This record gives sequence, C-alpha cells and structure tokens, in this order.
Amino acid sequence: MSDLINVHNGNNMRIVVVGNGMVGHHFVDQLIQENNADNNTQLDVVVLSAEPRLAYDRVHLSEYFSGKTADELALTTPEYYQAHNIKFALNAKVININKLAKTVTTAVGEVFEYDKLVLSTGSYPFVPPIPGNDQPHCLVYRTIEDLENISASSAVSKVGVVVGGGLLGLEAANALKEAGLQTHVVEFAPQLMAVQVDNGGGRVLRSKIEALGVQVHTQKATQSIEAGETCRYKMCFADGEVLETDMILFSAGIRPQDALAREFDIAIGERGGIVVNDQCLTSDADIYAIGECALWNNFIFGLVAPGYTMARAAASHIIGGDVTFQGADMSTKLKLMGVEVGSIGDAHARTAGALCYTYENQPLEVYKKIVIDGEQKKLLGAVLIGDTSDYDTLLQYALNDIELPEHPESLILPAGANAAPALGVDAFPDTATICSCHNVSKGDIIEAFVTGSCNLGDIKSCTKASTGCGGCTALLKTVVDSELTKRGVEVKKDICEHFAYSRQEMFHLVKVGGIKTFDDLIDKHGKGLGCEICKPVTASILASVWNDFVLKPDHVSLQDTNDTYLGNMQKDGTYSVVPRIAGGEITPEKLIVLGQVAKDYKLYTKITGGQRIDLFGARVDQLPAIWQTLIEAGFETGHAYAKSLRTVKSCVGSTWCRFGVQDSVGQAIELENRYKGLRAPHKIKFGVSGCTRECAEAQSKDIGIIATENGWNLYVCGNGGMKPRHGDLFATDLDTATLVKYIDRVLMFYVRTGDRLQRTSVWMENLEGGLAYLQQAVIEDSLGLGEELEAQMQNVVDTYQCEWKTAIENEQSRKRFRQFVNSDKSDLNIVFVEEREQIRPATESEKELFSQTKSSQSQSSESQSSEVKGTELAIELV
Amino acid sequence: MNTSNNWITVCSDTDLVTNSGVCALLNEQQIALFKIKGVNGEQIFAVSNWDPIGKANVLYRGLVGSVENVKVIISPLYKQRYCLESGQCLDDETIKLLVYPVRIEQNQVQLQLVG
Repeated sequence: MSDLINVHNGNNMRIVVVGNGMVGHHFVDQLIQENNADNNTQLDVVVLSAEPRLAYDRVHLSEYFSGKTADELALTTPEYYQAHNIKFALNAKVININKLAKTVTTAVGEVFEYDKLVLSTGSYPFVPPIPGNDQPHCLVYRTIEDLENISASSAVSKVGVVVGGGLLGLEAANALKEAGLQTHVVEFAPQLMAVQVDNGGGRVLRSKIEALGVQVHTQKATQSIEAGETCRYKMCFADGEVLETDMILFSAGIRPQDALAREFDIAIGERGGIVVNDQCLTSDADIYAIGECALWNNFIFGLVAPGYTMARAAASHIIGGDVTFQGADMSTKLKLMGVEVGSIGDAHARTAGALCYTYENQPLEVYKKIVIDGEQKKLLGAVLIGDTSDYDTLLQYALNDIELPEHPESLILPAGANAAPALGVDAFPDTATICSCHNVSKGDIIEAFVTGSCNLGDIKSCTKASTGCGGCTALLKTVVDSELTKRGVEVKKDICEHFAYSRQEMFHLVKVGGIKTFDDLIDKHGKGLGCEICKPVTASILASVWNDFVLKPDHVSLQDTNDTYLGNMQKDGTYSVVPRIAGGEITPEKLIVLGQVAKDYKLYTKITGGQRIDLFGARVDQLPAIWQTLIEAGFETGHAYAKSLRTVKSCVGSTWCRFGVQDSVGQAIELENRYKGLRAPHKIKFGVSGCTRECAEAQSKDIGIIATENGWNLYVCGNGGMKPRHGDLFATDLDTATLVKYIDRVLMFYVRTGDRLQRTSVWMENLEGGLAYLQQAVIEDSLGLGEELEAQMQNVVDTYQCEWKTAIENEQSRKRFRQFVNSDKSDLNIVFVEEREQIRPATESEKELFSQTKSSQSQSSESQSSEVKGTELAIELV
Repeated sequence: MNTSNNWITVCSDTDLVTNSGVCALLNEQQIALFKIKGVNGEQIFAVSNWDPIGKANVLYRGLVGSVENVKVIISPLYKQRYCLESGQCLDDETIKLLVYPVRIEQNQVQLQLVG
C-alpha cells in the first residue's frame, strides 16, 4: 500500500527534507524566509523526521540533567511549522529513495514526491566493537531519548563510566556527575580532548577535571565488558587492569548517518559520509546533503556552525543564490563542568615553521598557548584552558589575518604584566565574523543599524546574531555599544516625563538629599504630578532607604493598587490574600486557620508555586477582617503584592531526606525572615536545596542556595518566567555567616543600582563585567562598598514591620478598605459562579443572565447583602 | 440625603484622601472622587468608578498623576490613563468616563447626578 502524500501544486517547487536536527531545521528556516520574501517562487516543503519530536538544541543537551525540559530545548514548534505551511511527519524514517521517479518512501509506506531532496540525517554515536557492549546499561548520548535512558539507568546506578575523553565525552561525564553518579572517563589516547588541545593543555585540563571529582583513565583500551563483582559490570582493559561500574556511556566519536545514501547509490567517501561539493550537492543533481552526514573535501564537520553554513549554501543553490560552503573554522570555546576550554585553528602547531608561546599558571591552573607563523606576523592557533577571556580577540586575529603586535606573548599574559591592550572591536575589519552560528559579520551589524535597528534587541532579532550557541554575546554587545557611541546615540535613561533621571540616580538623590517624601522629591528634582511609573519607583526607593510604613499618609498615594490595598488585585477588582509561610513550613493548626478563613469568606484556594497558599476573591472591604483573623493566628503579610522578597522555596533537607546534607528548611526560614519586606526594583525569589539533587529548583531563583558536604553553594541572578535563566555559581562551600554577608551585599547592590522592573538576571547582564564584576564587588569588596551595603541591609532588617498588622491597628489606614465612603453596601458587579467545588469570577455573559434572573424576581427586598445573595443565585444558575 | 439645587452631599471632605481616591454610591451609581493637591491649591474631581476596559468598579483605587499638563487617573487594572476633567481616555479615543459636577460646601462634598 502506498499513498502519494504531497500532490503537486502548480508551479511550486517541492522540497523534501530528510531529518530535522539542528541543521535540518536551520535549512527549513532559510526556506521559510525565502517564502516570506517578496517574490514569485513558492516552495512546498515537507520535513520527514525519524525522531518523535521536532528539532531541539543538541549543543546544550547536558542541560537536560540540570533541569531543562525537552520543551525548553526545542528549537521550533509544530505551530511555527504549521504557520509557515511547512508540512512535517514525525517518527517518519525514510527507507527508500527512487531517483528516477523522484520519490522517497517512509517505513510506514507513505510516498513523497520531490523536485529537490535534502538529506540532513546527521550522525550516530560510534560504539567500539567490544564484547559485551550490547548489555542493558551500555548506552549512548545523542538524543533526548538517550538522555531519558541515561536518566533511568542513573536512578539504579552508583558508578558510571564514559568511554571517550573528547568534547562530547566530557559533556556526557558532566551529565553523569549531575545525575549524582561516581563518574569515570576512559580514553584510548594519552590525553583528554586530543583533537582540540595540545599535550600541555590536556594535562591541565585533566587536573582540573579530576579536582571536580571525575576520575580520568587515559591510554586504556577496553577489551571486554563482563559481569562485575561490586558493581553491575566490570570493564577489562588491555593492560590487565579492571574498572567496576554500573553503567557505561559510549561517546567515542560520531559516524555520518549515510546508510540511506549508500543503499541508493549516492556517492559515499572511503570512510563514510555523503560526498558533497561547494553547493552541498551530492552525486545526484537533485539531491543535497548537509550537516554531519555530509563529507566535504574529505572532511566531516561535527560542529553546528559549519552545518548551518551548509544549510545556507544548499538553500541558496535551490533558490538560485550564490552562497557556497568553503569549509569552516573549527575553533571552539566552551565550558566543560565549569572548566573553560578554548581551541583555535592549528592548536597542535602542525604548520611548517610554526612557533609557540606558552603561559602556564600552576597555582590557578591556567594554561594558554598561541601558535604563530614563522614570519611572526600571523596567529595560526591557540589553546586556552581555565581562562578563555582572550578567546574572542585571538579568534579575530586568526580569522582575519590581523598583524600581530610586536610582542605576541602580550596577547596571553595577565593584565599588568606588559599586556597589550585588548584588540578593540573598532580594529576589526567589516568582514570579521562576530556570530559564527548564524554567520553574522561586523559589517552585517553595521548594516542593521543603517536599516533602522537601534539597540541590542533589534540587532539580535534582525541579524539572529548571538541566538545560536550564545558564545558571542559579550562580543556582540561590545560591537553594538561601540556603534551606538559612534552614532552619537545617548541612551536615554529617564524613567518618565516627570523625572529626567534613571532609577539609580533617583536612589542617589533620595539617599544623599535625605529626601523622605514624594512631594519633596518632585518639588526639588521633578515636574508635574507624577505617574504610575515614578510614584511606585519612589515608594520603593523610600522603603529601601528609610523603610517607613508604606501606608503612611505621605506615601499612601504613591503605591500601585496592590501595595495600597496590600493584596493582589484580580480581574474583577477583588484581591488575593497570601500570608507568609516561610520556607513552606506550616503547622497543622495554621493550615486549619487558613482553611477556616477560606471557608468563612468563601474564597477560592490554590497552592502557589512558591510553597504557600493563595486565597482569591476577597472584596476590598473584607480584607481587614480576614487579616485580623490571620494575624491573631500568628500569620504575617506575604508581600505577594509588592516588588520585594516573595518566598524562599526549600526542599525538606537533611532532617528527613535520606540524601540531604544540610538543613535546607531551617536555612530557608532564617533567610526568608531576614529579607522579608525588602523593597527592590522587582520581585525577588530564593530557593534552598539540601543537596545537589536540587529539589527546590534553587538555580531558577534570584538567589539560589545548594547544600554541599562543606556548607552552601551560592547561585545568583536566575529566574523563571517569560525568559527563564539559570543562576550563575557565585561562590562555593560557604558557611552561613559568609553566605548571609554575600547575599546582603548582592541584594543591596541590586536595590541601589537596578533599573525599574529589572530582574536580577538582566541587571547582572548589564553590569559591565557581568558576573566577574559582581564577584569582585561582593567577595573582594573591590568598590569598598561592602560594609555600607551590609549596614543598609541590617537597617532594613531591623525596621521590619508586618504592614497588615500596622494597617489594621491604625484606624485611618483601616478606613481605606471600604468600597464606598458613604455606604456599607458591596459592589454588585462582583459575582461568582461555582466550578470544581470552588468559586470563580462570573463571565460577562453569566453576569447578564444573572441580572435578568434578578430583575424578574420580586424587587421588594432591599438588597443589603446583595453580593452574597448574588453568589448563591449565580451558583444556582450554573 | 441632603439636597439643595440638585447638589447632593455624599461625604465630608475629611473622608477624601489627598492625591488619591475614594468611592461614593449614589442611586446605585458608583462615583470615584479624587482630591489633588497641586501648585494652585486643591482640586476635587468626580468620575464614574467603572473601568470600561477592565470591566470592574475599581477606578478609585488607581494612581493619580499628570500627562504633560493634563491631570489623569490611571486604571489599576491595565494602566489606561483618563483625563480627570473630561473623562477622556488618553489611550483609546473611543472611550470616555462619565464626569460629575462636584464641589465642597461647608466641608461637605457635594455632587450632581448626570445621565
């Protein structure tokens, strides 16, 4: 049985793409752009993927183990393909190519006609032919399904071995370590990463990796995998030694997935790979091959950037363009288990006449080498271990043949020791590649400015620079900033029409000027009456500096409604009530109080993401009585309404958990009680995990703390939300006093210098020098601000008050919680209906229905508690 | 209720909150009242409390401010700005709040009903 799926549509060219990996997807994206362009050729594209999902980011695959989901790794979505008329089939392995009829057939017998066929089948992991390599816990590392298998195997294993000490092998070792296994790397060659790194670099790399607790075994040839004695398996090596392990992960290189081409007589290289020319055409004039399955000039390119270039070359040839593939630079910069590794060009100094400079700092375990030509004019290659800060500059020298400075060694010597000034981006030629994933040159970026882009975000979305591996982010920002400066663009930082200042400048004015009210501030430094931007900003700054009661008459008119009414306004004008439940720990008695309040006031009840309980549907006039009950029961405000500390999420920790190494709940409660009430440019969330399993998801928080055997690791500036970001490791194995000191300094520095509504992540990314700068300022106190920041934080801690307690005790404040100044009636527009045994706001049409029913009833009874009746009535309606 | 020449007293001026709002109920109409202190002394404004975009009775809980020289109330739900003098929405020219005549007589806030 065979069906013809893609019926010919007029003059449209039919393109079938086999494989939907990163490169296959990039190719499709090129065609989508072509279809969107204003021209007559339309392309009918069909994508056939053997995998069960569309393209995802294989470069960052190991992040699956640090918590990224398959969805987060995805590079595209079915909706995106559908929106651009890309037809696709998943689990659709192609098994036949008919070059004469120009059709392909999938395993289920579906037949697709093509005008042009593109093979983007990628590669498969090479598993060395070792007896016993086919046992259940012998795995590979390539797809999300492989990761699921590794994850399942890790759960029942204690020891894991990675066979292969190359780039991918070390990535895989990181994954095993993240999964909590005792990890070994077994390598056939005498050193790690033998392709990219020289002997000296390999030695330093090994030492750094071993310091992280991964055992490295080099020059080991595995002869067999047998049943183990203390573990599941035993690996027997040629030298007679053995290694016991529960799981084996093969990462000994890749092989091009060329079986299909081979079977249907498309030319294959001697050692595999589909032979292609500069247009990525195979031996058949209508069949292309791109990515890791393609062999160009007898070479397989196992990196994503060259694959993308091939995709562009093939797409260009199909639509009549002239982009070609001319080989690619295999330089690479990455972080393996936190160890920075960089390799450029001829790292092994194999070019005839090449000369080397080497710098090694054994105490810091930093190794740098540059390889230059015999004329001492050009940079040929480099190896960087432990510090890749020179990578961008060196790469530009190598790629653009920039003439070396008089003393080339200055390029890798530490600053201060006769170092050459870093090569400014202005010295780069326009042809200099800034983003190699998307092939964006400095000239392309300048062009984008000319055509109307005016900031980093515009440049990114218009050129796609820095949206691939992200390695060029800092470089791109430097280029953009330099261009902006050249264009005389002064970035306007005024927060609104009333103040010609940034938030940071306003903070300074308040603090230095001793300003305590908004009226005073706008009198002296602003104009007009203020607005929804400058008023809450001022309220936040006044709270950070002086920490007065936020509903003091001088401040009450400044707050957004949530702060004014100490609750979160919902769509119908009712509020939610969120008491603080520090660390997520709550007694049964308090839980009963919450339940009773919810029941008494008929509130919708939901558990929040921050381990507390949210009660919805409270009318403004009900809030004081609700809070009175809660405060009497020992609760305090949760500040869910404020730009301030929200929650400190915790896992159960060493007190109960078999795996916990520290008391994460106790720590979370201490921290939440210390920082509660701190007003900031945006909300702040914490997480504390009791061990490396990270059940509290601390790395997705502004402040993340993970217990170690020796203390606490501190992560900073992560967040969830629209644009999730993992926190950066800031300092390790801290005792509690140091931990608190660092958090005081980081947070108060943020409170002082952050922009309005700027989360910590964006704040840090915008600090010149980023994480390293923040570390210097906080850990080394490079700005000399440390004690001042701590003192200011201590003042906020010492002057904390529960705003709800103050509010209900103060008659004037309590009066604010009335719907009407002249009546005790309630707002008739607030109507609830029942859903899943709780209330929810009625929709507009439900309200109409309700008012009809109501008017048809007798109008005799003056509605004094109409809302309650309304609720009951409406519930009956449902 | 105390009426004279259609002026209806709704509350005392001490019930108002400077540079912020309260809400009065008059014949089932909800009316947001604002007292604004500027360089030229105090001014009182009365507009309908119904947020026509957010569809809830909440405008009295918004922030007051200015856009150039226009005094505005800003919706607490979706932040649209409304001119307090005319009721005109500055972010959508098709939308306008009801505006009520308002005055203070012998420390009493008085309104005239419209519509």
